[in-house]
Amino acid sequence: MIGGLFIYNHKGEVLISRVYRDDIGRNAVDAFRVNVIHARQQVRSPVTNIARTSFFHVKRSNIWLAAVTKQNVNAAMVFEFLYKMCDVMTAYFGKISEENIKNNFVLIYELLDEILDFGYPQNSETGALKTFITQQGIKSQHQTKEEQSQITSQVTGQIGWRREGIKYRRNELFLDVLESVNLLMSPQGQVLSAHVSGRVVMKSYLSGMPECKFGMNDKIVIEKQGKGTADETGKSELGSGKQSIAIDDCTFHQCVRLSKFDSERSISFIPPDGEFELMRYRTTKDIILPFRVIPLVREVGRTKLEVKVVIKSNFKPSLLAQKIEVRIPTPLNTSGVQVICMKGKAKYKASENAIVWKIKRMAGMKESQISAEIELLPTNDKKKWARPPISMNFEVPFAPSGLKVRYLKVFEPKLNYSDHDVIKWVRYIGRSGIYETRC
Amino acid sequence: MQTDNLELKKLVYLYLMNYAKSQPDMAIMAVNTFVKDCEDPNPLIRALAVRTMGCIRVDKITEYLCEPLRKCLKDEDPYVRKTAAVCVAKLHDINAQLVEDQGFLDTLKDLISDSNPMVVANAVAALSEIAESHPSSNLLDLNPQSINKLLTALNECTEWGQIFILDCLANYMPKDDREAQSICERVTPRLSHANSAVVLSAVKVLMKFMEMLSKDLDYYGTLLKKLAPPLVTLLSAEPELQYVALRNINLIVQKRPEILKHEMKVFFVKYNDPIYVKLEKLDIMIRLASQANIAQVLAELKEYATEVDVDFVRKAVRAIGRCAIKVEQSAERCVSTLLDLIQTKVNYVVQEAIVVIKDIFRKYPNKYESVIATLCENLDSLDEPEARAAMIWIVGEYAERIDNADELLESFLEGFHDESTQVQLQLLTAIVKLFLKKPTETQELVQQVLSLATQDSDNPDLRDRGYIYWRLLSTDPVAAKEVVLAEKPLISEETDLIEPTLLDELICHIGTLASVYHKPPGAFVEGGRGVVHKSLPPRTGSSESAESPDTAPAGVPAADQPSVIPTQGDLLGDLLNLDLGPPVSGPPVATSSVQMGAVDLLGGGLDSLMGDESEGLRSDVGGSPAMGGGSGGFAPAPGTAVPSNTGAPLGSGLGDLFDLTGGVGTLSGSYVAPKTVWLPAMKAKGLEISGTFSRQVGSISMDLVLTNKALQVMSDFAIQFNRNSFGLAPAAPLQVHAPLAPNQSVEISLPLNTVGSVMKMDPLNNLQVAVKNNIDVFYFSTLYPLHILFVEDGKMERQMFLATWKDIPNENETQFQIKDCSLNADSVSSKLQGSNIFTIAKRNVEGQDMLYQSLKLTNGIWVLAELRIQPSNPSFTDLELSLKCRAPEVSQYVYQAYETILKN
Repeated sequence: MIGGLFIYNHKGEVLISRVYRDDIGRNAVDAFRVNVIHARQQVRSPVTNIARTSFFHVKRSNIWLAAVTKQNVNAAMVFEFLYKMCDVMTAYFGKISEENIKNNFVLIYELLDEILDFGYPQNSETGALKTFITQQGIKSQHQTKEEQSQITSQVTGQIGWRREGIKYRRNELFLDVLESVNLLMSPQGQVLSAHVSGRVVMKSYLSGMPECKFGMNDKIVIEKQGKGTADETGKSELGSGKQSIAIDDCTFHQCVRLSKFDSERSISFIPPDGEFELMRYRTTKDIILPFRVIPLVREVGRTKLEVKVVIKSNFKPSLLAQKIEVRIPTPLNTSGVQVICMKGKAKYKASENAIVWKIKRMAGMKESQISAEIELLPTNDKKKWARPPISMNFEVPFAPSGLKVRYLKVFEPKLNYSDHDVIKWVRYIGRSGIYETRC
Repeated sequence: MQTDNLELKKLVYLYLMNYAKSQPDMAIMAVNTFVKDCEDPNPLIRALAVRTMGCIRVDKITEYLCEPLRKCLKDEDPYVRKTAAVCVAKLHDINAQLVEDQGFLDTLKDLISDSNPMVVANAVAALSEIAESHPSSNLLDLNPQSINKLLTALNECTEWGQIFILDCLANYMPKDDREAQSICERVTPRLSHANSAVVLSAVKVLMKFMEMLSKDLDYYGTLLKKLAPPLVTLLSAEPELQYVALRNINLIVQKRPEILKHEMKVFFVKYNDPIYVKLEKLDIMIRLASQANIAQVLAELKEYATEVDVDFVRKAVRAIGRCAIKVEQSAERCVSTLLDLIQTKVNYVVQEAIVVIKDIFRKYPNKYESVIATLCENLDSLDEPEARAAMIWIVGEYAERIDNADELLESFLEGFHDESTQVQLQLLTAIVKLFLKKPTETQELVQQVLSLATQDSDNPDLRDRGYIYWRLLSTDPVAAKEVVLAEKPLISEETDLIEPTLLDELICHIGTLASVYHKPPGAFVEGGRGVVHKSLPPRTGSSESAESPDTAPAGVPAADQPSVIPTQGDLLGDLLNLDLGPPVSGPPVATSSVQMGAVDLLGGGLDSLMGDESEGLRSDVGGSPAMGGGSGGFAPAPGTAVPSNTGAPLGSGLGDLFDLTGGVGTLSGSYVAPKTVWLPAMKAKGLEISGTFSRQVGSISMDLVLTNKALQVMSDFAIQFNRNSFGLAPAAPLQVHAPLAPNQSVEISLPLNTVGSVMKMDPLNNLQVAVKNNIDVFYFSTLYPLHILFVEDGKMERQMFLATWKDIPNENETQFQIKDCSLNADSVSSKLQGSNIFTIAKRNVEGQDMLYQSLKLTNGIWVLAELRIQPSNPSFTDLELSLKCRAPEVSQYVYQAYETILKN
């Protein structure tokens, strides 16, 4: 199991050091600094073995988090734990920075004590932790016995993510379907790979212990229902036709009953209070690609490049895409750039070796174009320019995978509010993931 | 410490944890507070106290910890119980004996049935860790009932708890395929968990239990289909987790290529991927490449070859070469892609391309030689040894088609001494090839290189290869041609495959560090912890025979066992490892005349073969026929195929002789124990050796079974013993007639003599053995039964016996009991006689039979024995044995021999 956990700043100075096991000596802290943080070459693996001690590290801005072990631990678990640790710290004091860590070191030690025991990760749900690890150290005296046992049963219990007795005057919930479209396209416009990775984020303000059921236009579910109610053919065919989507795979927050999903493909759960990520999913079929990039690069002699890029928006004309940014890489030996664009603003950024073209808004089924002349310094470098792909960023108000929320039902048998009383909001946002076109 | 402020208390405890070790006496003073806190009404404080106490690693404190811990393990609050469960593991780490004595292990086992899932999970984690340090103990006694409990808890506990439980489940061995299937059914829902570690651990359980399912089952197919999507989803996690996932997918693709064969696209490299993710993806792409997707793959690889990172580009170029070798239809396109890349003139791309083109030539001879001209143009830009060596190989191999081959090679020769060994060796071979192809013009060149290699070089490998060529060329150029220009074995489609035994072990470690490093845990974990070898369950049902064709990659006939090209260095190593050859230094004194002659003959042959090198070429006349003949029996290796086992043809004849005597001997031979595994395949890169010792008609032999469990052909076996107590040594070389193909085994009887050098071993009958093959040298040790050393003339005269018995002082007498032996005196006596323990006299005293016996060891030590048998009393079946010997240290081993003989 995890033998120790260190947090370093960018210089390699130790900010936090917590050793759980005896086999981790004091020199382990230095070994990591010397061999990884101060290493001459770029680190080639997130797992490093130094003198039979294994170091797992992740980096958040310029802070290094490293877990150490001498045993054959579950590597995936260690990384998951490190990410979780970051989440917990962010939830407690915001951005992970040197200053924040120094200001909260007592809290961090307290957290490390609680979520990792002898190197075994324990309950790490922020909601539960916040009930008994607070930044005001007075809470313990005021707790009644009931409160205490409530805390412990929540931390260890089946529903570790929600406490009992939550009350709201207005029962409300927000559903965000956040998708990122990833694309890799050849210069000829052939899709090399495309997938959508999506998340359903739910923010709930519901009283009691509500039982929720979530439904979407998942092909498997709709086909199943179509078979079950054959008499409603007209309606269900409409539903299963173009409207349903094939989900390649999905993963759920731990509150979702996985065995029920496996057998009935229904998503039922008791949500944590506040915001959480209900599910993640991935689709590869029938993706709506919001933009198409058509590049044209011509090398005119050894010292000049001509670049023309056309972008086409490919969605309903009534919808508006926002925050559009096209990044056209330029060679390292660029001396000057002239740009002409029909819409938006374009600038050559020498520090980033790219032309950045920004458009605030663009409606569907439109087209826009940029052309640039790049002047190059003559070099005697034999190596050709690697031509990195043109990348794009944008935000669209629909789900490129075609996913639709069909329902989210709430049942709370003990309290007197019904599904109709809950105010529900649904929002779809499609963003660009890695959206690249080779040129 | 007596504060009510919880936060302050935690800080004080933290201070204690860190400084208790340096000031143990001070820490003792805190004990009282701990004990008091363990009784606190607040469960959080009780748990905090017991958690902290476990972290204070001071021996004295542990004693005080026991009582509070016992109470906390039975606490009403689950939070305290789950903390106490981990505390048992902590205590075990400090003082294992104490934990066992106090019975905490049983309490911990009870917690597995706890009502709270988190307590169950922590108890499982603690027990797994404790069990790891006691591999033999039956701590985690998993049975269908406890498995059922774990599976129930799996649905309810936290993500971390699920990981502990799944990792523990993976160690369970279901009793039949039914049970395996039902566990799989209950584990599959975990594949949709958001935590990647839960998913990977579930994959581990499924991969392991799938071994037990019959392939004809519908469920087997369903399970295969269910595995692919979660594995692909892992690739959208953070880069560090992607890396762990990719390393594991690499293993899974090797074990079951069918799972991901349609998912090639997801492994395409993204521009922004960290380099470690890129390299891993590339590796998997090559493994998944097939005729169906090769066009796409090639287009991608070509794209990668223009990237910035040098390592990545090199690997991409190498990947193109591997595709050519793997998918024959694509070879032509690969070659033209490589040629395009060579045109870029980027130094490292060109060099890498030349290295892979060499392999393509090997795989498809006489097809792409037209490109040689292009390659030759780049001769000057090559500065890496591997690329230079590859280029020289190409020039040598195709010398007849390259007009100026001699000039090219000569240009390399100028800086001969500055080249690396690899290049020097290759250059030597290439020039010899050239000479054999165009003898007239190149005589001078070959003499030059031979003298450079033999006279001016310090490198023994180079020198010896030079001598061998020299001698071959000057004695029999026709034979030299046969050897040097022999047809080369095919090279395999798949490269860099992990040995199947190691792969199976790594599959059992999916998700863990072992699977990230692709090494067994023993290679990076210190001490005994977690180094227990894990293995996949054996396949049940009829599917065994169907297994190999199915797992073989599509389009490759199963019968085609891939053979891997040994590198030149290895080969040369084999040639020169003569010190491992048979030690035939002195004439043996064994009684058998057959053996005598045999060894003499062999010794002579070998001497003349390996004789003094400076004597020049004349003394080799005797040896060369053997060499020529030998090459017929061995697979011709590339370049310089001279069999190292030069004695083989001679030896094989002798082997027949020995077999003959062996056949006669079985009638009267001494007891032979069943064969046991001496060297597991795991430790010897796939070579498994099992064996036993026997003695028949005066000759000792070691009966071996060699099994090849690796992917490649094994050859060039040799054996050597370390010095041992009785001077046991092989009397003939290890005779393996043909190279051992994968999954083949061979039985060998190796005659031994006792004229080797002597060194006292502990235990006395310990024998350390080194076995060599073309892959490596392996060492193991075994114990031989002493009765193989009892000689046939061990019967002492009666008078002599009496005199000697009196003569040996009484303190040299040792008494033993042989329990539960219900034989009577006559059968005992005849049984022992078979193993050369001779009964000299028999007496009956007060209803007990007394046998007086003698035996002699090969080194002339006499052992006298008195054996007391009580035939009248059937309930009393013990035999009493007293042994007298001038060297009392052998007595114990003689007694062991008695026991083995009588009980079998």
